[in-house]
Amino acid sequence: MRPRVPWLGLAVLAGGLAAWEALSRSVPGLGDYVPPASRVLLTLGGILANGELAAHVRASLVRFAGGYALAAALGVGAGVLLGSSRLLYSFVEPLVELLRPMPSPATIPIAILFFGIGDEMKIVVTAYACTWPILLNTLDGVRSVDRILRRTAATFRVGRWRTLFQVVIPAASPQIATGLRVSLAIALILVTTSEMVVANDGLGFYILDLQRSFRIPEMYAAILALAVLGYLLNRGFLALDGWAMAWHRGATRKELL
Amino acid sequence: MIWRESRWNGIAVLVVLALSWEAAGRAGWVHRLFFPPVSRILASFAALVASGEVLRHVGVSLWRAALGYALAALVGIALGVAMGYWRRAYEAAEIVIELGRALPPPAIIPVAIVLLGIEDAMKVAVIFFSCAFPILVNTTDGVRAVDPVLLRSARTFGLGEGETIRKVIVPAAGPFIMTGLRIALAIALILTVISEMVGATSGIGYFILDSQRSFRIPQMYAGMLVLALVGYLLNRAFLLADARLMAWHRRVSDSA
Amino acid sequence: MLEVRSLQKAFHPLSGGAPLVALGDVSFRVAPGQFIAIVGPSGCGKSTLLLCMAGLMRPTAGTVLVDGRVVSGPPENLIVVFQEYNKSLMPWRTVLRNVRFGLEGRGQSSTEIDAEARRALDLVGLRGFERHYPWELSGGMQQRVAIARALARRPAVLLMDEPFGSLDALTRHELEDALLQVWGEVGATILFVTHDIEEAIYLADRVHVLSGRPSRVLEQIEVALPRPRHQLKTREDGRFIAYRHQIYELISRETARHAPASP
Repeated sequence: MRPRVPWLGLAVLAGGLAAWEALSRSVPGLGDYVPPASRVLLTLGGILANGELAAHVRASLVRFAGGYALAAALGVGAGVLLGSSRLLYSFVEPLVELLRPMPSPATIPIAILFFGIGDEMKIVVTAYACTWPILLNTLDGVRSVDRILRRTAATFRVGRWRTLFQVVIPAASPQIATGLRVSLAIALILVTTSEMVVANDGLGFYILDLQRSFRIPEMYAAILALAVLGYLLNRGFLALDGWAMAWHRGATRKELL
Repeated sequence: MIWRESRWNGIAVLVVLALSWEAAGRAGWVHRLFFPPVSRILASFAALVASGEVLRHVGVSLWRAALGYALAALVGIALGVAMGYWRRAYEAAEIVIELGRALPPPAIIPVAIVLLGIEDAMKVAVIFFSCAFPILVNTTDGVRAVDPVLLRSARTFGLGEGETIRKVIVPAAGPFIMTGLRIALAIALILTVISEMVGATSGIGYFILDSQRSFRIPQMYAGMLVLALVGYLLNRAFLLADARLMAWHRRVSDSA
Repeated sequence: MLEVRSLQKAFHPLSGGAPLVALGDVSFRVAPGQFIAIVGPSGCGKSTLLLCMAGLMRPTAGTVLVDGRVVSGPPENLIVVFQEYNKSLMPWRTVLRNVRFGLEGRGQSSTEIDAEARRALDLVGLRGFERHYPWELSGGMQQRVAIARALARRPAVLLMDEPFGSLDALTRHELEDALLQVWGEVGATILFVTHDIEEAIYLADRVHVLSGRPSRVLEQIEVALPRPRHQLKTREDGRFIAYRHQIYELISRETARHAPASP
């Protein structure tokens, strides 16, 4: 199937940008708060060129990667463990139900208390928030592994470890992938937020700082950069997911035969 | 000894954790600043509730969240139905929507501050922005997933477009819409807290951060407890509403 | 080869209340190399019986012996083929790798495993489909893959739980003949559970008819029809029709005897 070019969507986007440009230039005073798109793009080029943006992007990416990786390891590990043992889960369930409804940013103050205001705090906060969807999805995925599949492994006398790694986890992998995908967005949110609350570098800090020093075009440029970053990370994940989960897409397509 | 699966297992764990925390704090094994005894936290919690202080902050937060959420639901569902129903609308808006989705919502806060200041309007706008997308996307998915057979049946009965949308499509897309609303509920709470931590002088998010900054640690914990409670209650309320509204769906999917 | 002695299985509902007794007292013997079909009214516990024989479910009472040894878990030389092939096959593995699955981790070299797997696929007529994914194949072909996977282990006993139940009639007949051919070449002992009386008679040396719940073996009917069986000729044979009547009547009586129970 050929990817169609979204002409209408692009046209609407172009139209929107044009309207932005026109309004910003013509409405008196508006340009100070909403600079024209062209100026934002030029400014973006500027902060890219002088390395200012790159430094902050790097800082954010480090925290993002750290938090996400930690969450993936914890979430999948704990999810597999808890999904495999109802008994174990029964011990942990009320604790999970207690912590779940608490919005993750609420952990920022306590994280500051324990970890200070540096990278560790941000990584911990990010990891905490991201572990939840990964854990819960993994848990559900492991639990939902079809009985027939488990019985198949049993009738072939497949050992416990092989069953776990060669049957259960692959069977649960689509759901694990879902958890990992959801966490991607969450990670970016928590990194940005923690940088806005307390930091001296990183995109979140940068954007807020630009607002405070009333460098408005730079602020919009940085926000645009963040959006692009989010988009690229998502695309990258989808590409990876597309390759790794190709079998799942094929298997769940409606029966053609 | 064989452990049986039961609810008491988990409750026992919580009790043990709370008691160890309490004992460790009192015995000085851990820094009392970081781990105030559970009893002090609960006392602080009670005092805050009694004085009405925490309720005032929670009220403010809920007000902002509710407004932003309601607006997002209105706009999200309306646009979602339009985009799901009319292919043109979807194609026109999809790129802009995707771009909006890619932006982490906290990044909107500084823009909102520039345009709306640091009062309630800013927070409501931020919450609106973040909640609208999941509601919209899920509604669109739901509308697109409506069985063509249903639509054809409606046409056979001579239903007009407006009627079809109102009486057939929206209810059929109900479960999807509810999913979007459920996700948005969590997001609303999260963004409320975030916007209050970044720029506010009231609200539960501000309260927790401020407590930490002024080293009123038991209060900080109490605030977190309050927030967890609020989140839990909101979720419960939503599940109840969902059960009521989507009772038909549950029965249909059970018999499948 | 296979012996079932007074097998009983009761299910106790979590909410308390009366237990559901699926198997009341099932006993029978199977000699090596025989093809036995098991039929019975709906809900009589045919699948439960199979799972207990396969060591995948623990009976409440009674024993199963395979080759003289008591079954307490899945026995080494016995493999089950399930009805739901799409849930039993692994969608993330190719056809060949699916068939290899049963042989992995048992100390054989990759080359040996490969040879055995290809041989099994050849037996079921799927040569050339090794690199396909199961979901790319039709239902009948997928079930062949599942059968090949079992055969690759060269089991002494094959237990099949309504394996053709999810397939359309034509494919079913195709696979019935394919199975008989494979059985002829491989010589395993086969126990075949089905709800289709005609299929049972067509395939088997002997048909065990189960009663309704709590089930026991009502009758063991020797099928004295010539082999090789033929879809048209065998089914038109006077004896085939007589068996059909006999079994149909047995089951109808059982179904009528029991009040309509929710499964």
